Amino acid sequence: MPLEDLSYNFLTGNIEKLVQWARQASLWPATFGLACCAIEMMSSGAADFDLARFGMEVFRASPRQADLMIVAGRVSQKMAPVLRQVYDQMMEPKWVISMGVCASTGGMFNNYAIVQGVDQIVPVDVYAPGCPPGPETLMHAILTLHEQIRTGEILRRRREPDKGYRQIGQPAVSRMVGGVE
Amino acid sequence: MTASVFTVARPQDEEPGALLSRDTSEGLQELVSRSATAAAELDRETGAALRIPESESEVETFTDDGRMIINMGPQHPSTHGVLRIMLEIEGETVLRSKPVIGYLHTGMEKTAENLTYLQGATNVTRMDYLSPLNNELVFALAVEALLGIEIPERATWIRMLLSELNRISSHVMWLATNGMDLGSSSMMIFGFREREMVISFFEKASGLRMNHNYIRPGGVAADLPDGWEDDVMAIADTIEARIKDYNELLTGQPIFHERVFGVGIIRPEEAIALSATGPILRSTGVPWDLRREMPYLFYDKVDFDVVVGTVGDTYDRYSVRIHEILQSIRIVRQVLERMPSGPYRALDPKVTPPPRARVDESMEALIHHFKLFTEGIRVPPGETYQAIESPRGELGCYMVSDGSAKPYRMHIRGPSFVNLQSLPVMLHGGLLADGVAIISSVDPVMGEVDR
Amino acid sequence: MSEVAFVSLEEYTSYFAERREEGYTFLADLTAVDYLEAGHPGLPAEVRPERFEVVVNIRRFDQPSLLRVRTQVPAESPWVPSLVDLYPGAEAMEREVYDLLGIGFEGHPDLTRILLPEDWEGHPLRKDYGLGRVPVQFKEVRRHR
Repeated sequence: MPLEDLSYNFLTGNIEKLVQWARQASLWPATFGLACCAIEMMSSGAADFDLARFGMEVFRASPRQADLMIVAGRVSQKMAPVLRQVYDQMMEPKWVISMGVCASTGGMFNNYAIVQGVDQIVPVDVYAPGCPPGPETLMHAILTLHEQIRTGEILRRRREPDKGYRQIGQPAVSRMVGGVE
Repeated sequence: MTASVFTVARPQDEEPGALLSRDTSEGLQELVSRSATAAAELDRETGAALRIPESESEVETFTDDGRMIINMGPQHPSTHGVLRIMLEIEGETVLRSKPVIGYLHTGMEKTAENLTYLQGATNVTRMDYLSPLNNELVFALAVEALLGIEIPERATWIRMLLSELNRISSHVMWLATNGMDLGSSSMMIFGFREREMVISFFEKASGLRMNHNYIRPGGVAADLPDGWEDDVMAIADTIEARIKDYNELLTGQPIFHERVFGVGIIRPEEAIALSATGPILRSTGVPWDLRREMPYLFYDKVDFDVVVGTVGDTYDRYSVRIHEILQSIRIVRQVLERMPSGPYRALDPKVTPPPRARVDESMEALIHHFKLFTEGIRVPPGETYQAIESPRGELGCYMVSDGSAKPYRMHIRGPSFVNLQSLPVMLHGGLLADGVAIISSVDPVMGEVDR
Repeated sequence: MSEVAFVSLEEYTSYFAERREEGYTFLADLTAVDYLEAGHPGLPAEVRPERFEVVVNIRRFDQPSLLRVRTQVPAESPWVPSLVDLYPGAEAMEREVYDLLGIGFEGHPDLTRILLPEDWEGHPLRKDYGLGRVPVQFKEVRRHR
């Protein structure tokens, strides 16, 4: 069909940019509220901060319907296998925001019970600092992720597919280092 | 000043204590008043709790007699965090259940043994993250009891003010999540809007929205900000007015009634036997509130009512919390009137750091400052148990000191941890779909359950 | 308003049964302490100190008061009679003490770990169990001017 026959306005673009734009504007977060940060995550979704501005106010309860996991709070050794299972259930492409210092590094709880950084279990894209991060910090993290999605490759593969992976049921790294003295 | 007991009213069609009758598709259903049932008849204390290993229900399992064991959580939208419940169901009816906890176990009691008394408040404030100031308060009270120091009057009144504001924000937040669980999204938006008001005042006073570390052993971290009276007055007026909106939105709504009336009933004897405290115990009609019975701070100097329910169902627990917000506002108004001037922390140089300006001028102040922040407070050997009434019930702190600058043992009695034991009793015999409403009405905060 | 009582392990159950008859119907708290490295504060001379101490706080509602009961538990056989029959609310608290301190409760209906995973080894709140701290490596950050 010759272009002259078209009677409407149209745009040309390459498919990569289009997909990136679409993905960036339709992230569906999974609810993964663990501790204090979960309350701030809920505050971000509520009236005063309104995550709907970024098209992601609907937190999905089912990981199958979500492509962004916001790990909000400290991850205990007992929760770690559950977290990995939820991550595995999510559809590709998927992203992870580690919200708060406890999820990012273990924070002030450097002890036997807490996994020292959720990046030992799942690959993390953006770390949000704070204890807990305010809704503004979470939004900044989300916008940073949007920027990464907009400029990244659409057929992205994890460079190190094993990074952050450990067998379900195996003890976390921190427990092997610490433990009984 | 006295504190009297205030019984929440139930809507007209529900006579308290009388036979509750309901016309359903299966004919007239009669609910006999709970007090009419003999305690031994059901023996529900042992009959409701499921006692099988946690790993047993990794998948849904059928037992021989047609009963099924299913798992709810730990990743579930309405379990308030990471609570997992194993339910034994027959058709749609819940028979026995077992709350499985520990998915947020943070080892805080162990961590507390490695933090000084000044650092300890940052640790406990992260337990019950909906009422952080109450956690700090009980920790500070325990340390002060071991030290045997008196804190200035103004500090006590500030503590009371913030503790009550925290109760308001916690209950409002509960209304929000409860609304979400019952399908009222508007309530969730409203609840967070009101909470944001209180939180921004806390941010003004302490610099943080949550986990404030504001109440410390020896007083509070800083004086209240200028113009705090106007902020607090605005919070009190606004929330008082908006309670009327909630009444319109939820309390009188037939759909809401269907979800909460007669659901998850617990009897007073059961609640006491299972050590339940807070709104769960009071909803059954037992007027037990530590603020009135064993007053701490200046609760014996203010007027307020202890709110109790009659039946002990989910509606009563909702209603008790709504009225507790109003009572807290009443206390806040009295604190506003009576706030004295004076120092906001104890003037004992061994406990509280000197003001910044004094450190530059006085060698002695510099030494005290250095000693406090390197070694910490030395607390004489002893042991104490202090308890306060947090929004969820009795929040206790058992502390043992061996004379060093760190607690030898610090144990927190979390009200949510104990209250979760009454969950199987409430779920027993109810419908699976009501489970969400019942779990929500217990108001567990998992950070405090697992610690 | 708050009293402390010292009860031996033999009298443990009967003591609580008596107090319950008296009106102490409410169990406020049950916990334990590991006195491996320190002396017991406030222990009278006639009570022989042992490694563990179970601390139970009970309340009465009719005349608001708190009674704290301290019981010495030897390290060789850390077993205490369970209070579940008297106070059903002790169930979760005793499980917590078993989980974190390794003190067993005879007659408890479901004595399993409550907070830690079921296959965990050791009892973290004992004083000979390390904090489990992971060493943190600090790196020098390049300065940007």
